[in-house]
Amino acid sequence: MTALLEVDGTSKRFGGVVANDAISLTVPEGAIVGLIGPNGSGKTTLFNSIVGYHPIDAGSIRFRSREISALRVPQIARLGLLRTFQQTRIYGGLNCVQNLLISRSTRREPFRQLFTLQGARGRERAEELLEFVGLYEKRNLLAGDLSFGQQKLLEFAMALMSEPDMLMLDEPTAGINPTLINGLIDRLKRANAEFGITLFVIEHNMRVIMNLAEHIYCLAHGELLAEGKPADIQGDPRVIDAYLGAH
Amino acid sequence: MPRRGWRRMNNIELLFSSPAIAGGLLIDGILFGSIFALIAYGLALVWGVMNIINVTQGEFVILGGFAAVVMADNGFHPLLAVPVAALVLYVLGRLLYRTIIHRIVDRDLFTSLLATFGISIVLQQLMNIVFGGDPRNADAGLGVWFAFDYSIVLSKVKLLAFVLAIVVGAALVVFLKMSRLGQAIRATAQNARAARVVGIDTNRVYEATFALNAAICGAAGALAATAYTIHPYIGLPYTVRSFMIVIIAGLGNIGGVLAAGLGLGAAEYYAGFILGAEFQIAFVFGLLVVVLLARSWWLGRKRRYLK
Amino acid sequence: MNPQKMFLYGAIVLAGLAGPFIFPNNQVQMTELWLFIVFALTWDLVGGQMGYNSFGNVVFFGIGMYACAVVQIGLVYDVGEYTAAKGGGTAFIFDLAQYIWGFAIGLPVAAMLAALAACVLGSLVLGMRGHYFAICTLGLGIAAGEIAAGWDWIGAGSGMTPAPPPHDIDNVNRLFYYMAFALAVATFATIAWLLRTRFGLAINAIRDDEDKAEAMGMFTTRIKVTAWVIAATFLGAAGGIYGNLKRFIDPLDTAFSGATIGVWMVLMAILGGKGTLWGPVIGAIVFQVTKELFWTYLLGWQRVALGVLIVVIVVFFPEGIVGRVRQMFPERFGPRADAREGAE
Repeated sequence: MTALLEVDGTSKRFGGVVANDAISLTVPEGAIVGLIGPNGSGKTTLFNSIVGYHPIDAGSIRFRSREISALRVPQIARLGLLRTFQQTRIYGGLNCVQNLLISRSTRREPFRQLFTLQGARGRERAEELLEFVGLYEKRNLLAGDLSFGQQKLLEFAMALMSEPDMLMLDEPTAGINPTLINGLIDRLKRANAEFGITLFVIEHNMRVIMNLAEHIYCLAHGELLAEGKPADIQGDPRVIDAYLGAH
Repeated sequence: MPRRGWRRMNNIELLFSSPAIAGGLLIDGILFGSIFALIAYGLALVWGVMNIINVTQGEFVILGGFAAVVMADNGFHPLLAVPVAALVLYVLGRLLYRTIIHRIVDRDLFTSLLATFGISIVLQQLMNIVFGGDPRNADAGLGVWFAFDYSIVLSKVKLLAFVLAIVVGAALVVFLKMSRLGQAIRATAQNARAARVVGIDTNRVYEATFALNAAICGAAGALAATAYTIHPYIGLPYTVRSFMIVIIAGLGNIGGVLAAGLGLGAAEYYAGFILGAEFQIAFVFGLLVVVLLARSWWLGRKRRYLK
Repeated sequence: MNPQKMFLYGAIVLAGLAGPFIFPNNQVQMTELWLFIVFALTWDLVGGQMGYNSFGNVVFFGIGMYACAVVQIGLVYDVGEYTAAKGGGTAFIFDLAQYIWGFAIGLPVAAMLAALAACVLGSLVLGMRGHYFAICTLGLGIAAGEIAAGWDWIGAGSGMTPAPPPHDIDNVNRLFYYMAFALAVATFATIAWLLRTRFGLAINAIRDDEDKAEAMGMFTTRIKVTAWVIAATFLGAAGGIYGNLKRFIDPLDTAFSGATIGVWMVLMAILGGKGTLWGPVIGAIVFQVTKELFWTYLLGWQRVALGVLIVVIVVFFPEGIVGRVRQMFPERFGPRADAREGAE
């Protein structure tokens, strides 16, 4: 498997606080990779650095061997590297179908496609994906009226709609009803297997990430602490120490 | 056009060749700028505590100015008007808070922007009806003071206005630091919810803050009317100046507000001299656009996303 | 389009065409109304639909007004001499052909110059968000007015008179009426169409969450500038007509009148219902009637009353007429009703 995303010695500090210190990791094409670590260990900062929310202080980030650390957010997204947000973000004033329609990828289309009628393309796919995440019944509701968990699913469907090569999920199960979590894990795996989307997942729920990921990186205090197969990580004393607060 | 362009070049040359003119403009500008800084401090207070950008700021100033004009017309010394104007505006501030502002504290910023803009139009038109549209000045009867062999002329009343503006500003700082209400105001600015949790009545704090700001503007207006001229429609430039100063200095940075205020005053005097007085207002609003663009460019460079 | 809607549109167009014959005494007010509808619709495209509340759209209106007047005059006479003579006397006369050509070239130039200005200014200031954008546009509007007031070539502070109509047009206001009517119809049709395209979705998405739109790969700045350019194009043409209707362009009170027309456009959109297609139209009608009533019955106090109206609407009635109707009859006018219709 070739490396899709390569993070190489990336550092980021805010004022005096070192949020990421020389972090290197690789996400192979087609894989599901996990990123864990206690609160404040720099996981979301790393995500933000990768998708271009802030410039990095040192190191390099490559996507399909192309340096992306100097690109801006929409440019990176249009390369096929997408992220979802920890605080779920959807377009609250649009209904679910419209949320998906506007998320359709226009990577290979000219600007003037904006002036085609809504739903001329992609409506079928939008309804398929709403079915896929289980929101078909709610398709004509305003997204802002959905529950938090449903918004999370909608955001996931929006990401799928844009047909990314790689999807970075920031705590996909946080705030979701525990009875629905298994269904979500299943959908994430299907998105990976059926649509061929590489997944890079931040997750706090150990059960979920051990189930989902093939390879796990663990951050602590802004540094890469450990990496390996789920079973290795689970048994690694350093990881256990980091989570239990020992130094 | 060539004639005016030539005149401008000439003016720039004059500035460089005559330190007396350049220095005089600098001093005049700094004196005027102290009033801007005072108003900006009030704006920062309301913005920081209530998250409202008060467009009525300038009209409060002009209203305070008319208080001084009225008092001068009736034989009082206009500087007596400073406390009177502050008191009048304090009452008006409370009144406005109870009727309108308390309804928009928690609403989005555009609502407060538009609502206070509406209030400022009402005040403007009322002042025009009551006091007339002519430029007015409250004459304090103080002369001028010559320095450096008559090469620099200093108006004593401007100097006095400068000193009083600094005094009022300093008193305000002390008040916010020392008094019980001042502490409540600062606590609310930091975290309104936490302030409510520890038993601070934030609604009362908001009311006091808004009224206090109006009082500051009133005092500043009385000084402005004594040392300079006012008319009902010159309020908005004061609002815009204070907004600019707060953007440059940031919220809660007293030294920055003072420096930015004095700097803006000086910049305006130089611009007025070079471009001609007819472009002074254009300069103020143009500078606003430039300052905002610079801010946006600065934040964009860090790719920090703005809310 | 269903027959009910066809009937509604047909009735409005017929009423618009017949208006000056039914109420010949209110022709000027009705002309103003059509232009107000253009103001409210174009403001709402950017402010309501895209969430970029601007106090400065009046810039494009003013640019269009001056551009049209300058072209009308410049085709025949020297603009500098004309303004120096304060539109003076019998020296500057336009015959019918010159007058019509002045409009035929002046209005498109007005629209294009306004669009160009929106493109340049938009690329600069549309990177700002929220109240910074609002205040920056306020600054732009006033700075533009002050610059015009200092520019001798277009008459500086003493203003400019657009080309006087030739004597062989006996009812020139009727010409203005139909121009304004046509412009309002064109604006409405364009915006109604835009809102049904992906572009409409895109600007709504920007309004709801611009960071998300960027994270999804949308080049938001480009879209925002496009929206402002579209708004400015119609506003520029509206300015060209308005200047001629008023027969006199004052830089601060007519062209770049931030405290009157600049705020009124915001008010009309909010009064009718921000972010809806019909809201701005209804808002403009209600506002124009109210304004005329104020001018008739509150003479001297009308501007105070308008200021009070702004505060009252913004504070107590922010959802607007259409928004209120939607709340009252959700099953008929609510967003879900819209969606069902869209799904068919």
